[in-house]
Amino acid sequence: MGASRNFEAPARIAAIAPYLWMVLFFLVPFYFILKISLSQTAIAQPPYEPQFDLSQGLEGLKAAAAQLSVENFRLLVIDDLYVFSYLRSVVVAAVSTLILVVLGYPVAYGMSRLSRGWQALAMLAVIVPFWTSFLIRIYAWINILQRDGLLNDVLMALRIISAPLVWLSTDTAMYIGIVYSYLPFMVLPLFATLSKLDASLLEAAADLGCSRRQAFWLVTWPLSLPGVGAGALLCFIPITGEFVIPDLLAGSGQMMIGQTLWGEFFTNRDWPVASAIAVVLLIVLLLPLLVYDRLQRKQLEAR
Amino acid sequence: MSARALTRLSPFNMVSLALGFAFLYVPLVILIVFSFNASRLVTVWGGWSTRWYAELLNDAAMIEAAWMSLRVGVTSATFATVLGTMAAVALSRGGGFRGRTLFSGMLNAPLVMPEVITGLSLLLLFIAVEVGRGFWTVTAAHTTLTMCFVTVIVQSRLNDLDRSLEEAAMDLGCSPARAFFAVTLPMIMPAVAAGWMLAFTLSLDDLVIASFTTGPGASTLPIRIYSEVRLGVKPQINAICTLMVAFVALIIVIASLVSKLSSARGGSAAPL
Repeated sequence: MGASRNFEAPARIAAIAPYLWMVLFFLVPFYFILKISLSQTAIAQPPYEPQFDLSQGLEGLKAAAAQLSVENFRLLVIDDLYVFSYLRSVVVAAVSTLILVVLGYPVAYGMSRLSRGWQALAMLAVIVPFWTSFLIRIYAWINILQRDGLLNDVLMALRIISAPLVWLSTDTAMYIGIVYSYLPFMVLPLFATLSKLDASLLEAAADLGCSRRQAFWLVTWPLSLPGVGAGALLCFIPITGEFVIPDLLAGSGQMMIGQTLWGEFFTNRDWPVASAIAVVLLIVLLLPLLVYDRLQRKQLEAR
Repeated sequence: MSARALTRLSPFNMVSLALGFAFLYVPLVILIVFSFNASRLVTVWGGWSTRWYAELLNDAAMIEAAWMSLRVGVTSATFATVLGTMAAVALSRGGGFRGRTLFSGMLNAPLVMPEVITGLSLLLLFIAVEVGRGFWTVTAAHTTLTMCFVTVIVQSRLNDLDRSLEEAAMDLGCSPARAFFAVTLPMIMPAVAAGWMLAFTLSLDDLVIASFTTGPGASTLPIRIYSEVRLGVKPQINAICTLMVAFVALIIVIASLVSKLSSARGGSAAPL
């Protein structure tokens, strides 16, 4: 008892360095995003006019506050391009997450039925692609989906199609890429939940006359919902801001918000608008982020 | 229906496992096989060859980018492991302290935060403080992202540990610092090592954050690959991707061996 008290104070000292680091490199940057999103575009380097600056004290702040520009945010609302980008991102993320649950659940469920030795191997097999670069995995699909790629070759050899289909630069390709890339994020939390389920509950269900299917829907599924939630958030939040996958696999028509932000920043060099996009995206994702933070905290501290 | 039948592997389970793993692995296998294709046309098989690997050796820009990625990866993973382990110790053993909620929130958010936001916000910070962009800015950015992963891995290991060992060490006269280095650290070492390796591979893989935070002339490997991939499929790209997959697979095998070794000595396996 006395000993654990003894350990607490020095353990807290260990927080100082990472705390300062995260404040400097995670929290403070949001101040700059906010600041620049309220600035105006300028042809200069860096390409924006600072509109408020804490270093000028209260007087400077008052003077600047009078001319703060919400122009960038107005633009986001007025211009359909941005509204559609946000909508598309949320829809794509939601649809992908749904597909991921439907595809990932049977895999995680099957894994939870394996013996312990096989479970460890299956875990490793899910983790290997998770550790391999996103970029490489998307590139692998470009190999398969291009016009004279393997998918068309196989479909034509099987005489399912007579002429090559266009796969690349379509929404189908983008969904394949997203589901492929995020499948481990869905399977791992689901598996963690399913493998901890108490088998005696299923025995009880069987004793009470449940069929296999009834036992699944009445016992396993409700008890695995926390895992479904964790996996869904782990996929939904980053997919909403995804850039690489839609950029390389989707067509050039409608863009997801990550692409729009990237384009405003790197192509148009409009930093204030890019920052405003990021601020709004953050607001859109705030609720799922808070729920995720709660889940994560519960999982790490409940023991 | 008996209870046994309810927990058995059904044909449905087997089919979904087989299809799931095929989906995960077939694209990677195809990528690797075609990196050994003699033909310049990526999809026409022209016999086995290692010529694309030889051509990589002459690609000075690619090699320079790989060297940059390696340096950033090793440096940022090392910083991230030290900082992440300290954060994990504070969260797991520090009890309730002022600012704890903000602290763990800041460490959880980057795990799922879209990379475009993290990258843009860090770049704006670097511009504001007028620091020259290149190796150190990318390294700092990667440290920030990957230390959060290290924290999760080490923290869950610390939570599983028996605290009575630390307490016994201190009852026997160890200072808290000595108890940590003599008792706690050796026991969490597999998780710390796994954290380092995850941090390293995440850094090696990152495209978006590196694109925002790097400066002119300092490309990492993913930035270089991305600019080539945008132009289409090339056998050299298959070759460099194959090398990266092999490298990462090697790291994972080492990591799982390390954690298996340690679990043989009593602890549970580190959550890789």
